[in-house]
Amino acid sequence: MIVSNINSLSSYLPELMILVMILVTFLYESIKSYRKYVFPLLCFGMISVSLLLYFSSPSQFRIFEGMLVNDSLSIFLKWVIIISTFSIILISKNDNSILKDIKNEYYAMLLIILLGMFAMVSATNLLMVYLAIEMVSIPSYIISGISKDDKESNEAALKYVIFGSFASGIMLFGLSFIYGLTGSTDIYFIADSLSQTDNQLLLYTSMIFVLVGFGYKISMVPFHYWTPDVYQGAPITVTAFLSVAPKAAGFAIMIRFFYSIFVIDGSPSVDWPNIIAIFSALTMTIGNILALKQNNIKRLLAYSSISHVGFMLIALSIVSIDSITSILFYLVFYMFMNLSAFFVAIYMSNEYDANNIEDWNGIGLKVPFISIFMVLSLASLAGLPPTSGFIGKVYVLRNLFSESQFLWLGIIAIINTVISLYYYFKIVKSMYFIENESLEIKEADRVLTIIIVLFSSQNILFYFYWSSLWGYLKNLIINMNLI
Amino acid sequence: MESWILTLLIFLPVMGVLVMCVVSMSNLSQNKDFYKYIALFTTGIQLILSGFLYLNFDPTKSVLDSPFTVQLDWISSFNIQYYIGVDGLSMPMVLLSALLSFLCIGISWSITKNVFGYFALFLLLDAGMMGVFLSLDFFLFYIFWEVMLLPMYFLIGMWGGPQRHYAAIKFFLYTLFGSVFMLLGMLALFYYAPDGNTFNLIALIEQAPRIEASLWGFDMRFLIWIALFIGFAIKVPVFPFHTWLPLAHVEAPTAISVILAGVLLKMGTYGLLRISYPLLPGEVVNFAYILAFLGIVNILWGATCAIAQIDLKKMVAYSSVSHMGYVLLGMASIVATEPAGAEAGLNGAVMQMFNHGTITAMLFMLVGVLYDQAHHRWIVFPDDYKDKELAGKLAFGGIASQMPIFNGFIILAFFAGLGLPALSGFISEALCFIGGFSAFRVLTIIGTLGILLNAIYFLRAYQRIFQGPFNEKYKDLKDMTKKDLAIILPLAFLTLLFGVYPQPLMNIISSSLTDLINIVQKAI
Repeated sequence: MIVSNINSLSSYLPELMILVMILVTFLYESIKSYRKYVFPLLCFGMISVSLLLYFSSPSQFRIFEGMLVNDSLSIFLKWVIIISTFSIILISKNDNSILKDIKNEYYAMLLIILLGMFAMVSATNLLMVYLAIEMVSIPSYIISGISKDDKESNEAALKYVIFGSFASGIMLFGLSFIYGLTGSTDIYFIADSLSQTDNQLLLYTSMIFVLVGFGYKISMVPFHYWTPDVYQGAPITVTAFLSVAPKAAGFAIMIRFFYSIFVIDGSPSVDWPNIIAIFSALTMTIGNILALKQNNIKRLLAYSSISHVGFMLIALSIVSIDSITSILFYLVFYMFMNLSAFFVAIYMSNEYDANNIEDWNGIGLKVPFISIFMVLSLASLAGLPPTSGFIGKVYVLRNLFSESQFLWLGIIAIINTVISLYYYFKIVKSMYFIENESLEIKEADRVLTIIIVLFSSQNILFYFYWSSLWGYLKNLIINMNLI
Repeated sequence: MESWILTLLIFLPVMGVLVMCVVSMSNLSQNKDFYKYIALFTTGIQLILSGFLYLNFDPTKSVLDSPFTVQLDWISSFNIQYYIGVDGLSMPMVLLSALLSFLCIGISWSITKNVFGYFALFLLLDAGMMGVFLSLDFFLFYIFWEVMLLPMYFLIGMWGGPQRHYAAIKFFLYTLFGSVFMLLGMLALFYYAPDGNTFNLIALIEQAPRIEASLWGFDMRFLIWIALFIGFAIKVPVFPFHTWLPLAHVEAPTAISVILAGVLLKMGTYGLLRISYPLLPGEVVNFAYILAFLGIVNILWGATCAIAQIDLKKMVAYSSVSHMGYVLLGMASIVATEPAGAEAGLNGAVMQMFNHGTITAMLFMLVGVLYDQAHHRWIVFPDDYKDKELAGKLAFGGIASQMPIFNGFIILAFFAGLGLPALSGFISEALCFIGGFSAFRVLTIIGTLGILLNAIYFLRAYQRIFQGPFNEKYKDLKDMTKKDLAIILPLAFLTLLFGVYPQPLMNIISSSLTDLINIVQKAI
């Protein structure tokens, strides 16, 4: 069922609200005496977006002449995206890694990315897919270079632009092949006509080309080269932002693309699961091995996020309802654990100017309250029970067993878990085992502390909602009729 | 009350930690001793509860009929249950960990650095240990198994000796490496179970042997056995996975060494007996010879390494490797053709798990007493010792006359360690050898050499430290205090008691072990 443009507006309210916020931000920024109102308005705006999202009901209707769909998958991922973006906005208020006089522009860029990500998770047309990815990418280039006077930040932005435009160019090439094969850009229509194609070479080429674009977005090896440099160079709040929300959106688009186009009657029509499995093994292993030697916290967390992407790709390589559910499940936990680790890193960089691991020496005993939450987040990232990271891993791994496929991937995954423990606990070691008497205790920003506690405690509080979250997600995927 | 007691055993320490957190926020936190008393109180109640459990424990009842068993749904979508119970296999382990935890709070009384952190982590470790020994659901077992890692990492890394950072991460990585394989084995058991997916270890006893699948040309059951074995073997530790042990034991503070050697090592063999043995009896039969061989290697390798040590604590650590070898040998003899042999071997293994727990706790504790006063524990100073004049010379000498009571206890501990008759170590080692002999003649004959090697290092260390001319440097050493005596007397008593009258221990374990033997013997 395709809905016309005018009628679509009523199910597009959250996005329209974001659009209004973007305009208001630019408008207020240009009037000097209004600038101070931007942040309160933003908070108000984000809350109203959440409310609108809360009241919007999922439907299979395809709005804007079949460009977007507001189904339960997209609504759920919009929640993940909005929670991470809102927390980043709140934290950026008192953060000093972004210059004060350009903060409002920075907020506007975040909002444009937010709009782009909303489009990404609900795009059902190849043109929209491309447009949404670009809408996320271009402001991302800008905000990673937003510290104008910082050489590394400039370098990050430039590298990001070059890699990004290269990858999206190849993706566009792949999309045009698909269009050539089928004569349509609508992914549901493509699915039907692709099944009649017997040009396997062209099919594989186009799929791999598209995968380059998606892979770049979620930093899948070997398209990950931008990640460490951009994460290290960009201001730390930007890094935190880039490490979660765009990845969630990227996974949404991948799930939708592969499951709509290349799955027929519950089994893959092209052998993409094998390709994804190989990429997954590479991503985990290379991400983890390169993380071992890192000394810069941002760079270390960049590689760690690469390895987590690899872990989620395991689930993507299995075609089943449970495996999509476990990707979303893992994404929720990943958002909490990764953001909380980043928030502590933001705290450290703001208060103690700590960028490298040795700057964290002795923090554990001097700032015990926040440090305990950092340990919790790191344990969760490493996947140790009793934290949510462990449950996420178990749920991803169990797909391999329930379908009896790619069991070798399971062995690679668990060995990677052991490797990752080493570098996560390198941070713990310097926090707790090495003493540093000269460290002064500083008062933490209250908002930041509250957000750290809120996010990080999810790593242990998940016991209270784990079962219901899984049930909810599974229902959601079953009702989508993806398979 | 009866259905609550096991839950209380596991979660009392957690409650203790919560109380500590509350205290740390109030102004009571000025008095650091408060934390120690909370820890002492919690572990004390835990000990009393486990004593109560022992008195009300009926060894003839199976887990299913036992009044203590609790079975509740936890995560129903994944079929995970909160299923805990106690049988003859776990009972001695529960007693051992409750006793050692209580005594270790006493041993740690002199801790001054970050008291809150130490005792809170210790209690979490305690909760994890109890949970492992009481879980009857594999998922629950795995969670408790891993919960112990984090506290242990911090306890070694923050309160340990000079090489503590390296020791802590090595311990962590080794054990995690093992347990992730266990995780794969666990998931495989869950998904390949023929009558529907389950983690229930009792239900799996019947189902797991019927798994019919193969992977990469191997039988699925064989792969599961290997995965589980890697997990448990690293904890035992079985040669060649043992290299984390001497380092961790030596660097850890005294109380933590006691827990490591006394309880954590037993988890490896306990896991094998609890999970691998009943679930995969066919693989046990195929693997028994290798297991016995590894046991013999452990006995001989551990003992030979111990002979070479000049650090007293390291010597004791290697003696643990050697003593765990006896357990492996006893366990492997379950395939013996005469039922009496299998019974002797398995009973010996479980008794050795308990007895080694008490003996090694004594040894580590006594080494700790000496170290606290002398500030070193060299038997012989190493060649690259910082004081060139002392390098290569005997470190102590003639301490016996200076510390007579200490000397008495060390004689008891050393002789128990080398397996002197009438002390508990002898009974269990002898039973292991009887079992081993009835199943693997040649191997066991080679293994008996271990007795000799054990005697060599213990007696030589005794001679070098306690006998010979008195070293005047140590004339200020004081004998054991009342507190030390209070800690060591229960352990010494148990060593003597089970040396002459092992019946109380034998009674609780034997009927569960007979069931286990029947399961495995059927697969031959």
